[in-house]
Amino acid sequence: MYDVVIIGAGVTGCAVARYLARYEVNACVLERGSDVCTGTSKANSAIVHAGYDAENGSLMAKYNVEGSLMMEPLSKELDFAYDRCGSLVVCLSEEDLPKLWDLYRNGVANGVEDLRVIGRTELKDLEPNVSDNAVAALWAPTGAIVCPFGLTIALAENAYTNGVEFRLNTEVLEVRRTENGYVIETNQGTVEAKAVVNAAGVYADVIHNMVSEEKMTIVPRKGEYMLLDHAAEGYVRHTVFQLPGKFGKGVLVSPTVHGNVIVGPTALDIEDKEGVNTTAAGLQDVTEKSGLAMKDIPLRQVITSFAGLRAHEARHEFILGECADAPGFFDCAGIESPGLSSAPAIGLHMSDLIAEKLGLSRNEDFKGERKGILDAKTLSPEERNELIKREPAYGQIICRCESVSEGEILDAIRRPLGARDLDAVKRRVRAGMGRCQAGFCSPRVIEILARELNVPESEITKTGGGSKYIVGTAKDRI
Amino acid sequence: MEKYNIVIIGGGPAGLAAASAAYDEGERSILILERDKELGGILNQCIHNGFGLHTFKEELTGPEYAKRFIDQVVEKKIEYRLNTMVMDISPERVVTAMNRTDGLFSVEAGAVILAMGCRERSRGALNIPGYRPAGIYSAGTAQRLVNMEGYMPGREVVILGSGDIGLIMARRMTLEGAKVKVVAELMPYSGGLKRNIVQCLDDYGIPLKLSHTVVDIEGRERVTGVTIAEVDSHNKPIPGTEEYYSCDTLLLSVGLLPENELSKTAGVELSRVTSGPTVNEQLETSVPGIFACGNVLHVHDLVDYVSEEAAMAGRNAAKFVRGEVPEDRSKELPIHVEGGPRYTVPCTIDPAKLPEQLTVRFRVGSVMKDRYVCLYLDGERVLRRRRQIMAPGEMEELVFKKSMFEAHPDVRDITIRVEEA
Repeated sequence: MYDVVIIGAGVTGCAVARYLARYEVNACVLERGSDVCTGTSKANSAIVHAGYDAENGSLMAKYNVEGSLMMEPLSKELDFAYDRCGSLVVCLSEEDLPKLWDLYRNGVANGVEDLRVIGRTELKDLEPNVSDNAVAALWAPTGAIVCPFGLTIALAENAYTNGVEFRLNTEVLEVRRTENGYVIETNQGTVEAKAVVNAAGVYADVIHNMVSEEKMTIVPRKGEYMLLDHAAEGYVRHTVFQLPGKFGKGVLVSPTVHGNVIVGPTALDIEDKEGVNTTAAGLQDVTEKSGLAMKDIPLRQVITSFAGLRAHEARHEFILGECADAPGFFDCAGIESPGLSSAPAIGLHMSDLIAEKLGLSRNEDFKGERKGILDAKTLSPEERNELIKREPAYGQIICRCESVSEGEILDAIRRPLGARDLDAVKRRVRAGMGRCQAGFCSPRVIEILARELNVPESEITKTGGGSKYIVGTAKDRI
Repeated sequence: MEKYNIVIIGGGPAGLAAASAAYDEGERSILILERDKELGGILNQCIHNGFGLHTFKEELTGPEYAKRFIDQVVEKKIEYRLNTMVMDISPERVVTAMNRTDGLFSVEAGAVILAMGCRERSRGALNIPGYRPAGIYSAGTAQRLVNMEGYMPGREVVILGSGDIGLIMARRMTLEGAKVKVVAELMPYSGGLKRNIVQCLDDYGIPLKLSHTVVDIEGRERVTGVTIAEVDSHNKPIPGTEEYYSCDTLLLSVGLLPENELSKTAGVELSRVTSGPTVNEQLETSVPGIFACGNVLHVHDLVDYVSEEAAMAGRNAAKFVRGEVPEDRSKELPIHVEGGPRYTVPCTIDPAKLPEQLTVRFRVGSVMKDRYVCLYLDGERVLRRRRQIMAPGEMEELVFKKSMFEAHPDVRDITIRVEEA
């Protein structure tokens, strides 16, 4: 029997796991996908909100502000990409100015530091491509951008190396309360735990409702995005939001930590918890709204579009804590924006709560530091040559668009909780993330995966399950 | 730092022909840098025939065509490095590259020839809505999987785009045992060569639906089907025309883009129309001593023309290194286009530097029937060629003669105009 079973290896589940590892605990994360970070955590705006938006007094406000403060030191401790580029909420008409000041006051009340309302001139200096209609903006220097894959994978790896078990491809079918805790039936057998953490994202209601009479409903709220090529780098310097107002609600335009530009999201409540398809209407919506706060967006540079599902609960509030009618069952539900920003704070507090409940003692051997995958591009030419001499694989570029070498791909596969499919490699080292969208590198990444995992190439998938890349050999059915 | 008189980026058909021609021009200090594990470039995966009709007067497969040029390079003992990725080209022509054995290294080049080829436009660039399952490939990726690695990417196939690779792959997939259900083409005309439509679709009974596009992709893990719809004259899908095709594979042949990220590092000016460098009559880019040829310059239909163009770039690079081309570029005149052509390669000409003959290539923006292609110098027509039909999918050419320009020594305006016959 485990002390704790965490359901879901998204950013929240992995954060809980990582902070829980600070205690002497026998814990396990169950994940339906073939990798960590395959649900909402992989398809979002990739930003760390400063914390001015969430309603003062809410859990969202508390955890957002705290998470935002934790994120930078955590990015150094766990070695993931983070950039405090600052964010702007652009106001497009004089009549909307009072709302901008409301937002400012809300932010100050939430404890967000260094907030300022700035005028058109200063705004233009900060963000030269801002709309000519912009009259003012809320300037939040503490707003940041982050790699959501990097963050989630770093948390997971660090939890794993500190002793937390991960079971991938493991879907929870049933959770039952027993005298000693909980029995969890999965497609890979039964596990038992004294405590359960429900971090199941859009499925958090399904898991919750298995043990509680106080029924919960999580609505998948779809957000569609477009991602622009590096060629657009520099077009936007900060995360630019548009203040909802006279011109409607806009979408954000932001740089990413890897030099792309992200535009989106839409917001549409749907029924299908698997409905991560993009739609013509959604992409059209993004295109139109992107031009509200920013001008001349180089949408010709779009390299991909995608959709993510926010785990929306009707009250638009995080549901965090032990379930009233299910002792030892801890919900981390309704984790929608600012969920990514809040994850470290949620992980910290939830793990403390669970530790107190189970009477866990401190893990004296906990090592909070983790070294990420080396990005050879950051090395000096001399260092790079030293590396290639030691490990020639670093001299072989596999993904030409993102300049990813075989050495980096091997690291992604061989490290703890290593990549097992194409998308898992992509999330770790960006092979296939560039402008050709894996056209050139995917056959070669498959070759490397097959060799490393010692399986035929036909067994390699795009993203686990039945997502086979190759279905047979030429003329095999003739 | 190592020094070579000519460094060629890319060992595909363009790079090989450029190298061979530079050698024939007397140049001996030549280095080809190739990112793949062998020379020949994309031809290695083009195992169908039809290559070399112009150059060798016979029908070769892609690898056979490549072999002829590889043999020349080997015979002439031209140096090349495989598995070598060029990382940067400076405006001063210092080429920085990387491989397993040499690590990161720099080469000082007297002249650089860009011959990096092109890449395929991806699904993302088209914003095709739907899921993102396995089973969506660019036609070229599928071609590599089938022809070079012997794998089947799928069993039931829908192809979007009627570019030549898409057409070739419709036939290839059929021959390998897959069922190709339909080829959908957004435009009201095919993007590929007429002969490929006949030989790859018609001969196998594969329907080509013009003015159609994919409006939805189904399938969570692997593609299970796609929906195609007819489009109006603004390329917008017409509601009510949707048709669902169950399939496990969607191949995309929706355009090729010259791959000029490296050219940008050298500060080479690019054309907004071709996405390739703007070049003068020497095929020299805006950066002195950096030349371009093949699909990195503009996307070709026939490799024969790539070889011809690349040979010219190779010869001119050799002349540049020897200082035979006057440095002054202030006399270059743009070639204007009217009545149909979208661009020309080259796009500028210095009449004083013209060879005896110069082939100027271009594409038109729509299908045009029964036209004259004319060359005007200062408003005076000096050349007129009749064309039964011109289409965006087939590259056109016009041969400029030095003598025409000698008759107009002070020419200020060069225009190619397409006129009704």
